Order: sequence, then C-alpha cells, then structure tokens
Amino acid sequence: MEGELVLLGGGGGGGGGGSSGVSTNESAVLSNVEVVSEACSYPAESELELGLGLSLGGATGKTKPATATSSWGECGRILTAKDFPSVVSHRTKNGGPSVSVSGTKRAAESVSHEGGSPTGISGSSQVVGWPPIRAYRMNSLVNQAKSQRADEGDSGIGEKDKPKDALKKKLNYNGNKISSTTTVNEKGHLGFVKVNMDGIPIGRKVDLNAHSCYQSLAQALEDMFLRSTNSVGAEKEQLTKASKLLDGSFEFVLTYEDKEGDWMLVGDVPWRMFVSSVRRLRIMRTSEANGLAPRFHDSNERQRSKPI
Amino acid sequence: MQKEMAYSFPDEVLKHVFSFIQSDKDRNAVSLVCKSWYEIERWCRRKVFIGNCYAVSPRMVIRRFPEVRSIELKGKPHFADFNLVPDGWGGYVLQWIAEMAGAYPWLGEIRLKRMVVTDESLELIAKSFKNFKVLVLFSCEGFSTDGLAAIAASCKNLRELDLRESEVDDLSGHWLAQFPETCTSLVSLNISCLGSDEVSFSALERLVDRCPNLRSLQLNRAVTLDKIANILRRAPQLVDFGTGNYAAELQPDVFSNLAGAFSSCKELKSLSGFWDVVPAYLPALYSICPRLTSLNLSYATIQSPDLIKLVSHCPRLQRLLFLIQVLDYVEDSGLEELASSCKDLQELRVFPSDPFGVEPNVSLTEQGLVAVSLGCPKLQSVLYFCRRMSNAALVTIAQNCPNLTRFRLCIIEPKTPDYLTLDPLDAGFGAIVEHCKDLRRLSLSGLLTDHVFEYIGTYGKKLEMLSVAFAGDSDLGLHHVLSGCESLRKLEIRDCPFGDKALLANAAKLETMRSLWMSSCAVSFGACKLLGQKMPKLNVEVIDETEPPDSRPESYPVDKLYIYKSVAGPRFDMPPFVWSMDEAVKILH
Repeated sequence: MEGELVLLGGGGGGGGGGSSGVSTNESAVLSNVEVVSEACSYPAESELELGLGLSLGGATGKTKPATATSSWGECGRILTAKDFPSVVSHRTKNGGPSVSVSGTKRAAESVSHEGGSPTGISGSSQVVGWPPIRAYRMNSLVNQAKSQRADEGDSGIGEKDKPKDALKKKLNYNGNKISSTTTVNEKGHLGFVKVNMDGIPIGRKVDLNAHSCYQSLAQALEDMFLRSTNSVGAEKEQLTKASKLLDGSFEFVLTYEDKEGDWMLVGDVPWRMFVSSVRRLRIMRTSEANGLAPRFHDSNERQRSKPI
Repeated sequence: MQKEMAYSFPDEVLKHVFSFIQSDKDRNAVSLVCKSWYEIERWCRRKVFIGNCYAVSPRMVIRRFPEVRSIELKGKPHFADFNLVPDGWGGYVLQWIAEMAGAYPWLGEIRLKRMVVTDESLELIAKSFKNFKVLVLFSCEGFSTDGLAAIAASCKNLRELDLRESEVDDLSGHWLAQFPETCTSLVSLNISCLGSDEVSFSALERLVDRCPNLRSLQLNRAVTLDKIANILRRAPQLVDFGTGNYAAELQPDVFSNLAGAFSSCKELKSLSGFWDVVPAYLPALYSICPRLTSLNLSYATIQSPDLIKLVSHCPRLQRLLFLIQVLDYVEDSGLEELASSCKDLQELRVFPSDPFGVEPNVSLTEQGLVAVSLGCPKLQSVLYFCRRMSNAALVTIAQNCPNLTRFRLCIIEPKTPDYLTLDPLDAGFGAIVEHCKDLRRLSLSGLLTDHVFEYIGTYGKKLEMLSVAFAGDSDLGLHHVLSGCESLRKLEIRDCPFGDKALLANAAKLETMRSLWMSSCAVSFGACKLLGQKMPKLNVEVIDETEPPDSRPESYPVDKLYIYKSVAGPRFDMPPFVWSMDEAVKILH
C-alpha cells in the first residue's frame, strides 16, 4: 500500500526503492505525497502547501518556514534516499562510505580508518569532485609535486630547511604516494586524459586512476562511445569478455599517444608503464591503425582471440 | 500613450540619462517603465550579461539589443569545476559568435566563463570584429594556441587578453609573435594557464616593450625567475603582476637585479604566481610589500615562517590568498600573526596542499580562522579548507564578522561533526546566517541536519548562492531553502537525501532562480518528467552516463539533474547522456 510505503519509520522497509507497491506512472509520486498530508494535520501550517504536489505559484518564498520542531517529524518519515537501496551514496553508521551505484564514490574502503594507504589498486576512497578544488588548482599541485621529485637530485636550490622528502611524502593522491604509477600526464590532470573517437566530434575525458587494467579501461570507453541504449544488466557480462577495442577484431581499435608523441596500440606494455607514458587516447579506425607498432601477443593479461 | 505623457523628453535626453545607468538590474527596471522607455533603452544598451548561455538564444538577444558592444556569457554549471559535469555536456560558444558576427560588427568585448571555445570560434572572432578589444576566457577549454595566434594577428587594438584557468592545447609558442609590431594597445595579458614550453619569451619581451599601457601581466610557469627582472624593467608601470616560476639557485646578482626591478615598479599593488618558490628570493619583494593590496600565494609552496615574514611587510593587504602547507609547524599562529598585521584584510582564501591526505595531525585548524575574524573586522569573503570545526568557533566568527558577504567553509572529510561536542554543525552555520545579514554566498560542509536549512531559510534572505554537500536528513531541508531564501539564484546540491517532495512543492520557486543542480540525491525520474511537463519556463535536464533514465522504473532516482529557467526552450546541442524532460522533446536518443 502506498500509504505504508510513505509513512515509514526510521531505517528499514524501503526495500526495492520504488519498486514494490509503487506504480510506475508519475502520479504515484504525487499520490504518496498526498497521503502524507492527509494523514497528519499540520498545526496552522496551511502555508506549507507541501502535501499538494506541484505548487504552482504558491511557494514563492513567502511561506513561513516550519517552526523548530517540525510537524513533519511527527508524521513519520517521507521517502528519502535511505529507502532507495544503495543508489545514493551515504555514510553508514560507523562513518564509512557505502558504495554508490551512481558512481560518485569509488571503493568502499575508507582510508581514514586505516590511516595508511589502501591496499586496493582502484581502492581510492575519494569521492569525485571532493574536496571541491578546481581542476586547475589540482593540476598545479600535482605539477609542483612532479617538479619537486625531479629536483630531488639538485643541490643548492636555495635554502631548504625542511627536507623535501617530508613534503613529498605528504603529497598523497588517491591514497598512494605520488609515483610514476599515478597518472599525471603532461598537464598534470591527475589521471584524466582526453579520448577522441574517429567520426565523433566531441571528445571525452577518462580518469585512468579509476582503472587498474586495460580491460576495465576499454570497457569504460566502450560504454562511453559505443554504448547501445539497451545495456541494462549487460554490465556484468561485459566485464568478463575481452574488449573488442583491444583485440583488433572490431572496426575500431584503441590507441594512445605517448610522451614522445608517437601513436601506439593500447595493450602492449604493462599497465603501469602505459599509465605513466600516455598523453591521450584515440579510438581509431582499425583500417588506419595499420602503421602502428605491431601488437605483441602478450598472453598473461587477457584472453583474446587472434585478430582476423 | 506617448503623447499623453505629462513629461515627455526627447529620446536623446532619455538616452543620455540612461547612459549613466550601468547596472543590468537598473537597466532592466528602466525598460519596464513604459514602452517608449523599453524601446529607447534597448537601442542604447551596450553591455549584456548572460549568466546561463542556455537561458536565452543568441537571436533573441540580438533582436532585443541591436547595438551591443560587450557581452559576457557563462556556460557550464559551477560544479563542472570539480569534474561533476561530464565532458561534452555543452556550453559551446560558436553559435553565439556566429550570430553576433553578423549582427554586432562593432562588438568589442567578449567575456566567457566555463564555456567551450574552439579555434574556429577564435578565428571567427578575429575575422568578424574590427574593433575587438577585450577577450576574457575564464576557465574555458577547447582551443589551442592556433586560435590565439588568430586573435593576436588580427586584433589590431587588442587591449585585454585574459586566459585565466583555461585549458589550452599548446601547440606552439609562436602565437605570441603573431602580435604585429604595430600592436601597442595591450593593457592586460594573462597567460598563466599556458603550458611549460609554449611561450616564446623573446616575443613576450618585445610585446611588453612596445605596450606602454600594460597594467596587468600574468606570466606562466615556464618563465623563470631570472627573466622576471627583464620583464619588470620593461614595464615599470605594472599594477598587477603574476610571476612565473619563482625558484632558482640563490645568486646575489640575480637577487639584487630582481629586487631592483621590483622596486622600480612604483604602481605595483597586486602579486600572484609564485610557482615553486625559493624563500630566499622573497625578500626581493619587500620594497613593494607596503603598497600591496592583493597577494595570491595560493600556488606557492612556501612555508609558514616565510609566508608570515612576507605578509608582515604588507600592512595594507586587503586580499590574501594562500596555500597552507600541512606540515609540522603551527599554522594557526601564522594566521594570528596575519590577523595582527593586516587590519584591512577583506578577503581570505586558504587552500589545502594535501587535500587527500590521511593524517589527522593538522597544523591548520578552526583557530586560525577565528583569529583572523577577530583581528580583521573588515573581513567580507572567506574560503577556508580545514579538517575540523566547532559550533563555538563558527559562532565566534559570525559575531566578529557581521559584514561577511561570502562564506565558504570546506571541512575536508564529509559529515565531520563538531570536534568538541560531536554535534552537527547546524548551530554554527545558523549563527553565520543570522549574524551576517548581507551574506550572499554560502558553502556548507561538515555534519548537518535539516535544522541548518531551517536557519538558512529563516535568516538567509539575501543569500543568492548556496552550495550543499553530504548534508540534511529529508526533503524538509530542501523545502526550507526553497521556500525561505527569497534572493536565491543558484543552488547546487550533491549527495543529499533530498527527493521529489520539496522540489515539486516549490516548483514555482525554480522559475525565479537561475539554476538548480542536484547530483546523487533522491529525485526520481518521474518527478523530473513532471517538472518538465508542468513548467514550460524551465529546462529540466537529466544527466546519466550509464544508461537512459527511462530504462529504469520512474521512481528510480536520477544521477544528476540540472534545472534552469530559459526562454529559449530546450537546447539542441545535448550530448547523448543528457535528457531533456520537456514534453516537446521526447526522449529520443
């Protein structure tokens, strides 16, 4: 019954988000809302026209806010994010983040609990876009860390009271110490590299630090550029099969430009080496990729069939 | 009607009067008085500001204001700065340029923020506007030095070229040499965002040499310290200077040359840049410190003692931006020293050098901000990153600084409570909105319940922009804000348990705002569709990179939602991962 769904007590019962008992036409959303307003009477809060669905011309800011102890608390809880199982990232009681389907959070590990770097490769517990620091500023921080690493060997760059090591160690990103494995391309975009696909004018950016192997990267790119509209539920199976962008069997193949400006086929070198030398990616027509460095048949990393 | 007006001035008189009215708000009010005023005003409006490039179409602007000389456009939502808006979302300026090229041959100034600007757009600008003077590309992307070369080569009277924080594909440094020898008009040049190799220094020197009116110059990181003196000696009239790299082996002659060059700049009031600082070179600035009103050290990895020494030489400092190093000395006392020496401070920004650091042993805490609030009564604008906060501290800050207009606090770990009491920080932020009656911009962080929004709705009557993350308990929170904040224009929310109810109940409010962003909240697809259908003056856009929202039940929450008022209808340049909820635009992708 929709009424029950809405008047939930704290915590449980949200099961299935909107699926159980809530019909899929839009009026269901409104009817839930209406049930609440009828079930509880707001003490003299007629200005709070919340229960009436769309308030057209009503709530223009002149409504008085509810007094401190809101009557809402008395009526029971309205559907909130907690009722939608794991679709909105929120903290569990012990403060650790929970995994979010929407992808705003990465691994569920909370680095702050451990006080050290996480073990998982893609185990960055960072939330996308948090803390809110402009990409421009982040790049600058990273670039400085880079040059400080580069300067390591130099003597006599002015007086330096504090050892550079201390500074270096403190600059962790993604929970790992900055090392050649942290992707910092020429502009220091902290893992984001540009991807263009032949025939598509709009380029995208992909975060290499979110991936730990070619498969996952290729999968992400397939989703970005080649996704069909009916991919629901297909995610899991696609992860296990070899990416068509990598095995040369497809009309397109994934290539990258390295630090020296050469274009190479993706997949030949160990992942970490790739990550430290890649400048940008291009999904190229296989027909045009003929001149590129021939692919080695590196067997360990992936299963693939011989290219046709 | 015109004939019946008791007081009827000739148009020229009204035009003259209107020319003194510069603010958009006033101009808009003028145009509402009567039809003839509307007509006169629209023909003499020279400057147009469009806060959301999709709120109106170029054609509509051109139709209403035929004689525009200066335009400012903003594109992507603010959260694009933090990678929350996927690439390819939109904000393309090309169509605007193309339409204006035909309609505004005398267009002289283009200012863009968060827009995608291609080389084609830049080439079109260079070709189309003979009197082009000012190009500001703030946080833009999509262009390369080729486009800049076109601008440099064609714009004979270019006064201002400002590329701050933009992403430029550096193909070659030779674009600077494209400024013709006859170009002597530059007043402001900001190339701080350019990459390492792509500035031809000799071309830069020659350019600076021949532009006697150059007042503002921001170099990029590639320009080394030893070259700064050369530049400064060619431009002693500079008012605003951004150094490049500020690191080199300490050499007495380089130092004295630099110190001498700085001291010859008698007008210098504002400094920035300072990448890779070698502290030993900071004293070269001492001679100009007493005149400085603005100092941006937010990229400077210098340490507190050196920073404090520098700042203590700058008693007239009004604006200080700096980077706090999380190392093992006390930063709060540094801020205390600052508070005692810079009584005129109006704006303070403190950035973390180690935003993802795990260690809790912060050397910068809330005490630093409290100290500044106590010592600097003129404080108006705060951006502060820290790792802990208390309600008591916030109340103190609020009481000390009732003139705050912008308060942005970022406690780095989401949902951090008051470290003393473990309470939510509702009361603290409540004090901020209550005491700071002119507060226009607020960013929240830490552990917050619906109560904080109640305070905001009650007291934040002048609040125009609110940023919320990981806060609130229920729709009531959102309802408080939407129903209480009368001046609200921009609201951006991420990771909060706000759903359909408050949004639908306050739908009309959305038409009075510029935009609303909600990501990782609990707004259902059904509610988005309803809003789209019922509110024709709003563009309701759902962003989802994984799959179309209609492939799931309607009650399923959308990933990202961007709602903005528009008279232009749904836009035509949406990428595949953005869906418009407008009824006229069926979901066809």
